[in-house]
Amino acid sequence: MTELAKRRLVWRVAAVASVQEETASARTLGLEVFGWPGHLAGQHVDVRLTAEDGYSTQRSYSIASAPDGSSVELTVQQVPDGEVSAYLVGAAQTGDQFELRGPVGGYFTWRPAEMAPVLLVAGGSGIVPLMSMIRVRAAVGSRVPFRLVYSVREPGSAIYADELRRRVRDDHGLDVAYAYTRAAPDGWPYPPARLSAARLGEAGWPAEFEPACYVCGPTGFVEAVADILVDAGHAPERIKTERFGPTG
Amino acid sequence: MGVITRGFTGRGRRDEKLPPGQYLTEDFPVLSAGPTPRVDLDRWELGLTTETGQRSRWSWTEFLALPSETVTVDLHCVTKWSKLGTTWQGVALDRLLETVESAAEFALVHSYGGYTTNLPLEDLVDGQAWVAYRFDGEALAPEHGGPARLLVPHLYLWKSAKWIREIQLLLSDEPGFWETAGYHNYGDPWREQRYWGD
Amino acid sequence: MTDTYVDGNELAGPLRELFAVDVTVARGRCVGCGMEGMVAQAHVYDRAPGLVARCRGCDAVLLRLVRGPDRAWLDLRGVTYLEFPLPE
Repeated sequence: MTELAKRRLVWRVAAVASVQEETASARTLGLEVFGWPGHLAGQHVDVRLTAEDGYSTQRSYSIASAPDGSSVELTVQQVPDGEVSAYLVGAAQTGDQFELRGPVGGYFTWRPAEMAPVLLVAGGSGIVPLMSMIRVRAAVGSRVPFRLVYSVREPGSAIYADELRRRVRDDHGLDVAYAYTRAAPDGWPYPPARLSAARLGEAGWPAEFEPACYVCGPTGFVEAVADILVDAGHAPERIKTERFGPTG
Repeated sequence: MGVITRGFTGRGRRDEKLPPGQYLTEDFPVLSAGPTPRVDLDRWELGLTTETGQRSRWSWTEFLALPSETVTVDLHCVTKWSKLGTTWQGVALDRLLETVESAAEFALVHSYGGYTTNLPLEDLVDGQAWVAYRFDGEALAPEHGGPARLLVPHLYLWKSAKWIREIQLLLSDEPGFWETAGYHNYGDPWREQRYWGD
Repeated sequence: MTDTYVDGNELAGPLRELFAVDVTVARGRCVGCGMEGMVAQAHVYDRAPGLVARCRGCDAVLLRLVRGPDRAWLDLRGVTYLEFPLPE
């Protein structure tokens, strides 16, 4: 892992190298960013788009990938009426360019040197920074026990489902549990519901294990889950949150 | 100017009728520097205080009994969106100012929730400003400044303080929330006065 | 209704334009209520003409950041200090 640049950050040019549809409304963009200094799992980037008439706007996106030279992957969820996600999910093609600033965010990160068990709780597209943690863990061959609880509306809306299935099988020490809020797969033992304290207690780590907890998703989801974890005895300092506001 | 991104157009569009640097929008973006204040109409009060301490106060009922007007105006936000032809119902600041005597040249407007903004008093008179409580034929929603907000359409929209609580008349100018954080003290969209020093 | 704020982590990019270190992992004390925490834990209102970080305890403004075309203004009046971790 390279020493991160100790200078003020500037905007860099990112070129779209690949596009992969993840679900009906989410897509991963593989970017080439010249001079990319590397990043930590959980960090994000700011993306700036400028139209021909000079109109420009920015949004933040979590990095989905583990560090890999000048390659950076972002997974973007289409937001209703979202002007930036409409471009990234609906219009971006290989060869397109936009500006990127990062990596940023030293708070919501996981470093392989941290040995405590890890609890990841994702709501919808909140899975993205947590996936980078899972991928970094695999890239360095870490055996730190990871449990992911992933809350989605229905099976088709789960991003990275196939990869998570494969990783549970191949990466030692990773467990994944799903919670479905609108429609569950046939034969699912739980009726569709918001993620409950009982489900999280059963799928997560007990508070006595003092896991490092990372919760990411829409603001309401994050607050509800953080409250559940605190009530279950997890120390507030062990719970890190990343709320996605109503962005687009 | 940054790299142009092929295929990105954004929601806004340029129009020669707009002040420089603005883009036309059809929706009504909600911008806020903090949580939306929830004000009980039973406890809502609008105050007007002069430089000598003379005060006028209106409860919600008293405020609604004041003569009001319906106006159609254009809105220009410093974040570059403009919305044209918006209809509001409100009480003209001229009506409120009739109730006090003042030699003040400046106003500092206070909102529920702590927001402030400053204006020259001469920009609040002569039919240039209202305390508005209905938008587009309906009661003003909290996220757009309801129960009542200041409306001063000839200046950037940050001067149209949402959730208005008090108008303080002053002998000397006191920059408000955004004016003390880099935004222009006056804010004329037609001269593109966005930032301090523009 | 949940108000539309995000985490202080959102400030990481904008502040990294100004400072060579990550300010979001600095700890500060709110002038309003004395609550301590990391800048990353503040409630940030980013749908505004600037970025406003508020105390998660009392909602008082901790810091404000306005980015102009060739300048930025940073107001830190709402924190009594910022404590930065520095490698030994």
